[in-house]
Amino acid sequence: MGIAGDILLRVEHLTMRFGGLVAVDDLSFDARQGEITALIGPNGAGKTTVFNCITGFYKPSEGRIGLCHGDAAIWSELDALTEGGNRGIKQGSNGLYLLERMPDYLVTQQARVARTFQNIRLFPGMTVLENLLVAQHNSLMLASGYTLLGIFGFPSYRRAEKASIDLARDWLNRVGLIHRADDPAGDLPYGDQRRLEIARAMCTDPVLLCLDEPAAGLNPRESAQLNELLLSIGNDHGISILLIEHDMSVVMEISDHVIVLDYGVKISDGAPEEVRNDPKVIAAYLGVPDDEVEKVEAEVGL
Amino acid sequence: MTIETVNAPTRPRIDVAAALRDAAITTLLAFGLFLPLIGFQTVVNIRNELELNTRWPLLLSLVAAVGIARLAYSFLFAPWLEHLKQRPVSATQSPVLGLLAQWFTPFAIGFAIFYPIIVITLGGYGGALKWVDNFGIQILIYVMLGWGLNIVVGLAGLLDLGYVAFYAVGAYAYALLSKEFGFSFWILLPLAGVMSSFWGIMLGFPVLRLRGDYLAIVTLAFGEIIRIVLINWVDLTNGYAGISGIPRPTFFGIPFNANEDGFAATFGLEFSPIYRTIFLYYLILALAFLTAFVTVRLRRLPVGRAWEALREDEIACRALGINTTNTKLTAFGMGAMFAGFAGSFFAARQGFISPESFTFLESATILAIVVLGGMGCQIGVAIAAIVMMGGTEIMRELEFLKHIFGPSFDPTQYRMLLFGFAMVLIMVVRPRGLISSRTPSVFLKERKAIPHDLVKEGHG
Repeated sequence: MGIAGDILLRVEHLTMRFGGLVAVDDLSFDARQGEITALIGPNGAGKTTVFNCITGFYKPSEGRIGLCHGDAAIWSELDALTEGGNRGIKQGSNGLYLLERMPDYLVTQQARVARTFQNIRLFPGMTVLENLLVAQHNSLMLASGYTLLGIFGFPSYRRAEKASIDLARDWLNRVGLIHRADDPAGDLPYGDQRRLEIARAMCTDPVLLCLDEPAAGLNPRESAQLNELLLSIGNDHGISILLIEHDMSVVMEISDHVIVLDYGVKISDGAPEEVRNDPKVIAAYLGVPDDEVEKVEAEVGL
Repeated sequence: MTIETVNAPTRPRIDVAAALRDAAITTLLAFGLFLPLIGFQTVVNIRNELELNTRWPLLLSLVAAVGIARLAYSFLFAPWLEHLKQRPVSATQSPVLGLLAQWFTPFAIGFAIFYPIIVITLGGYGGALKWVDNFGIQILIYVMLGWGLNIVVGLAGLLDLGYVAFYAVGAYAYALLSKEFGFSFWILLPLAGVMSSFWGIMLGFPVLRLRGDYLAIVTLAFGEIIRIVLINWVDLTNGYAGISGIPRPTFFGIPFNANEDGFAATFGLEFSPIYRTIFLYYLILALAFLTAFVTVRLRRLPVGRAWEALREDEIACRALGINTTNTKLTAFGMGAMFAGFAGSFFAARQGFISPESFTFLESATILAIVVLGGMGCQIGVAIAAIVMMGGTEIMRELEFLKHIFGPSFDPTQYRMLLFGFAMVLIMVVRPRGLISSRTPSVFLKERKAIPHDLVKEGHG
């Protein structure tokens, strides 16, 4: 784990085009170690597209997305890595990855970026516990000797499975779902499903957690619980969070850094306070102030 | 729950007029449909001329049967269905059912193990042969194939319509290698599995990026490709004529024949063909148990959970760092391997194979077994296999029907019709198969069955 405040994720000149539509246009921003970075903007601003580019679900049309594990000194390798054809380098416990070069599952497996979805994607026919065990697939797969040791019930695999169940139990305690552990995930109420999805993402052992509208559809009490959970994930585990959110109470209360997108372009970037008072942001969300409208009308000759 | 118990299910009222109207419409429809199909018959007479005969009694009796069936549906079956729907779905089963579920599996396994002994006791050596061979071995082959396909369709949710291709690969692998090189059954059994598995993975690489219907069509095509190659590559496979004289499996080196060194002579028994049959029965039983055991084991391993997760939501799997391509390939390879085992057993048992044994109908039968049994459920698949294959065999036994319908009546010809009825009935009454709930692979406090409406079927 790197030092808090170092750059963890660096998005540079990210552009995503779908045919003639430019969903994200030359976006650059940084997310820092141990911070909660919020990505906000009106509907259709391109937030989820940015997420899909970072997590490998889309291949960006242009741009570079770097992610660093451990010491920030490794960022100096970024240009060399870009020149070479590799997806990433590893030096001891430090690593540097170019996410735009990785397929979606490797972004989670190697670069350790976990994500949740705007429309919850649990495994509804599997129990809550099973959902959390599927999230630990890669480590368990290794422990089961790619199934060979597991099928003969080697004790090393049994230990690994027990450890993974303990980890799952831990997370279920934290999100308050331990009493539902053996129930199918599809049976949980909406708010619980949201928390379970976050717990499941955390079980993949990420360095960066990407949450796509985690507070959507939650009532104020659940929303407050969510704030607490996200803050504790940041504080207790030192895990950085990248967040898309419409709920301003969540954004303003917990984020350290806010980026505002409108029509795929970054219009503001800074601490929540600065962003809140930025006239461009206010214009994007509430429309332009009246005097500006009058000015434009005068120009047009109305 | 409370609301449902307060509103006790009431018997729905039957509208007699509507029922009669329905029956009348159905009868008219049946008459219109059956008049050209059954009312008239073209027969070539002795002077080689085509004559038009009429079959009014048969037509009338069939139309009447349809009308009565429709009435029976309105008065008996429909209210019963309605009643079923109204009955509160209880989460906990009744104690009797629970006990039955608990003891069913051990009882079924015990019965399968003692089946030949029971049959011999009841029917003697001569009478038992048919029951062990036609019922026991035949059904167990399909149980094993059903369990193998269950991995691909039931667990991983990949619709495979060409499963019989891997069965064929296993059978031909055994037949050719044992005839050409004289390898023993025990060497060729794993080898056939490996080859089938290899072809499963070869097929998997290009097609697993397809989903749903597209995957089903390509696997269907693959099944046909294998069969047509087997027909046309005459140098290797002898085409339509098939391969005969395939060496039969021996009892660990001791052949089953009437010679001095044969099985019967070695153990001081009187020669009888039933020893080989019983040996084959236990062989396929062991293979089927192996399939079941491995599947049950795999379900509790990360790879099995990944299969089921894949069936539930592929995108979520990728977001959790699961390599979905590899996971699908393992499912395909694993399913194909068991088909290969079954195929090599089939070749060894028959002593003769030809492409005729590996038609699309076989794939469809195996898939029907999996779907009727309940996707992902071992016991359901086994019951479905017993009903479908056993039902076919039983129909051969119904000789007495000839006394009723005349000597030209062959009950086996109605097999497909009855399959169709069974399918429709199951889909109406239990749309997700006989046993449709899912048992979790792991639990903290108690294992609760997951109702079928939450479990996804997969989209390839």
